[in-house]
Amino acid sequence: MHNQSAALQHDPWRLESLDDLNKLKEQLEQKIDPDHPEIVVCHGTGCLANGSEAVSDAIQTALSDSGIKAKVIPGIKTTGCQGFCSRGPLVLIRPQGIFYQRVKPKDAGDIIEKTVAQGEIIDRLLYKDPQSGEKIVHEEDIPFYKLQDRKVLHNIGKIDPTNIDDSIIAGGYQALAKALTTMTPEKVVKEVEISGLRGRGGAGFPAGRKWRSALQAIEKKGRPVYVVVNGDEGDPGAFMDRTIMEGDPHAVLEGLILGAYALGAEQGFLYVRAEYPLAIKHLTIAMEQARAYGLLGENILNSGFSFDVRINRGAGAFVCGESTALFTSIEGKPGNPKPKYVRSVEEGLWGRPTVLNNVETWANIPLIIDKGGEWYNKIGVSHSTGTKVFSLVGKVNNVGLVEVPMGLPLSDIVEKIGGGVPGGAPFKAVQTGGPSGGCIPHSLKDTAVDFDSLTKAGSMMGSGAMIVMDDTDCVVDLGRYFLRFLEEESCGKCMPCRFGLSRMREILDGFSEGRGTQADIDDLLSLSEAIQDGALCALGSSAPNPVLTTIRYFKEEYLAHVESQKCPAGVCKDLITFQIDPDNCTGCTSCARKCPTGCISGDKKEPHTINADECIRCGICRESCKFDAIRVI
Amino acid sequence: MIKFKINDKEVEARTGWTVLETAKEYGIDIPTLCHHPAVAPTGSCRLCMVELKEGDWSKLVASCIYPVKEGINIYTETPKVHNVRRWILEMLLASCPASEEIRKLAEKHGVVSTRFPIHDPDQNCLICGLCQRVCEEVVGLSAIAVVDRGVHKKVGAPFLRPTDICVACGSCVTICPTGAMQEIFDTVRGKPELPLTQLA
Repeated sequence: MHNQSAALQHDPWRLESLDDLNKLKEQLEQKIDPDHPEIVVCHGTGCLANGSEAVSDAIQTALSDSGIKAKVIPGIKTTGCQGFCSRGPLVLIRPQGIFYQRVKPKDAGDIIEKTVAQGEIIDRLLYKDPQSGEKIVHEEDIPFYKLQDRKVLHNIGKIDPTNIDDSIIAGGYQALAKALTTMTPEKVVKEVEISGLRGRGGAGFPAGRKWRSALQAIEKKGRPVYVVVNGDEGDPGAFMDRTIMEGDPHAVLEGLILGAYALGAEQGFLYVRAEYPLAIKHLTIAMEQARAYGLLGENILNSGFSFDVRINRGAGAFVCGESTALFTSIEGKPGNPKPKYVRSVEEGLWGRPTVLNNVETWANIPLIIDKGGEWYNKIGVSHSTGTKVFSLVGKVNNVGLVEVPMGLPLSDIVEKIGGGVPGGAPFKAVQTGGPSGGCIPHSLKDTAVDFDSLTKAGSMMGSGAMIVMDDTDCVVDLGRYFLRFLEEESCGKCMPCRFGLSRMREILDGFSEGRGTQADIDDLLSLSEAIQDGALCALGSSAPNPVLTTIRYFKEEYLAHVESQKCPAGVCKDLITFQIDPDNCTGCTSCARKCPTGCISGDKKEPHTINADECIRCGICRESCKFDAIRVI
Repeated sequence: MIKFKINDKEVEARTGWTVLETAKEYGIDIPTLCHHPAVAPTGSCRLCMVELKEGDWSKLVASCIYPVKEGINIYTETPKVHNVRRWILEMLLASCPASEEIRKLAEKHGVVSTRFPIHDPDQNCLICGLCQRVCEEVVGLSAIAVVDRGVHKKVGAPFLRPTDICVACGSCVTICPTGAMQEIFDTVRGKPELPLTQLA
């Protein structure tokens, strides 16, 4: 890993005190003119996949080619994920805050020549609010951003994650310097306790209490103690932690160093799944740069406190996000969970006291230390303080990453920030908490999104994935999807999980193939209870949740599969037939041309028909029909 | 000595004992498959689940690995325990249909049929891992591994490549609760570089 300080504009020097850090910050700030134009291109994984690298290259080229007539030459900055992934690639023009979306490389010339040089707004690149139909120029006026409360994500989308100076200007490492110079380790633990911060990884265990228990374990067993970041985010549809690691790696590092200071740890581990190469790259660069400044490593800020950290890459097993499996993986053994009859704060990595928190939890720590536990405690609701980052995916207009205070009604997140379901119909259900969570129906749309309310509704906060579903999503199919995922991802050590999940999925297969019975529903409930009670780790014991909540809230849909052999959502192929409504069909032949089996026939401008025997129920005809003439029965 | 209760009966255990060890001492029957006194328990078959109760609160724990604590209340025959046991046995009947031992154990606990389809009528390995543990912990060789994960998990040589480090001591075959190791054994052993007679 050479040349990683390349992004720094000067040779890094070792900072010896809080004063040094502040002096550096001042120096850096002086070099910056807040009114200087800047073109910010989102380089989060979502936008990169949509071609944002080509966009920033094109803007760079357009800038050099234009022989710019503007008085000042704009800077170009690439940042982490700005959150509005479904609209990417995103380009923001500062200082005006002009927000361009779905930008293509061919738009680069216009952006430079019109917007930057002449201040002209390019109408075709503006965001159009699907609800009001109005075009919006500025980022802060877009409902998706306006209704959020970005605290953990504050710097993401603003700073260049590969440049520590950018982070320092934004206030990075201030909390660390404050703690090292003015706070005892005990005081740091106390602030985290006061904040009420609960772990963002799933179960929501209070972070302060975990740290306190670790201190008690250290009293008995002595040091070493380890601090570990769980960056093995693997829930389908979840990308909160990835975004934080990619977009503001210093926040995670700073939080971890603060935790290490509080507990007296000398070694930390970042366990990041190998599928997150950009996160690993940015964290590695961040570590190198922090070491160069003396913010990580020996004798941090000349305080006598030394701490270093290394990255362990996960090798692709979902179960390694489970604490004990994560530890065995770091220890170099197969990532199998162990029974947790002794807590990991007492016996974690190599049998030593260990504090494991997830990425988002660690990224909250600098905020708490900087502004105080009391300040943090006032955000959100009691027992669920602070903000929470959610990834909003599925049948929702504004797919992306949002951060809101805890306790907001589910409908606010899905309908106001998310913009509701495309087409305007109400959502059918929202799956929260990934494969371990549950399905919350539209009738509970006012459920407050906090740890306890979600648990009461039969779901869980989980790490924060929200999958929105509409009337064309089948709950039986949802259950099968998550069970198939988990039966592959189960470590297979304990039998309730290894056998049980496959057997549950087989029973659900029966429903979707028209073989389900009322007795099967009872067996599913009873087998689910056995798996919840019997499985060795949380992967297994929470696996039945999607099935249990869908039976609880959508039993009539299961019964429709049994009694009338119908799939109301039109998903389970064995239970549906496609027909053409002759009143709506105009005979445009679009469906007949696209049908992969050629089973649609009819004369031009006359209603067509589908031969049910040859139809494979792929649904391509329904998608291609512009006249709503294809019926699923 | 640590005092606690199993099924409302006072029992005493030595420090470091598990609930299962104590129960055995008192002749209380708890079914097991992956447990053997020769190797460390892993709590993987979950047949030995018992209910730990404290007032209104309760949870199931694996007795083979749960350390005894002063004053705890353990129940070995409750509806929750029976539910877990019944489903595991029913699933084992379908997944290891060739095992006479499992059929007998299930029958003893009132499970005589299974609602699940049988995919492999010849299967009798339940992947309890005893063979792998005895080879690693007692013989000290690790000639056997439990490879892959989830539904693809299986017992064989490490990386499923026949190994010549196996000394054919037979410990794995002896410890196997269903006799499955007799057949798997041949897939573990590769051709030794020297005939066994010359090794001595």
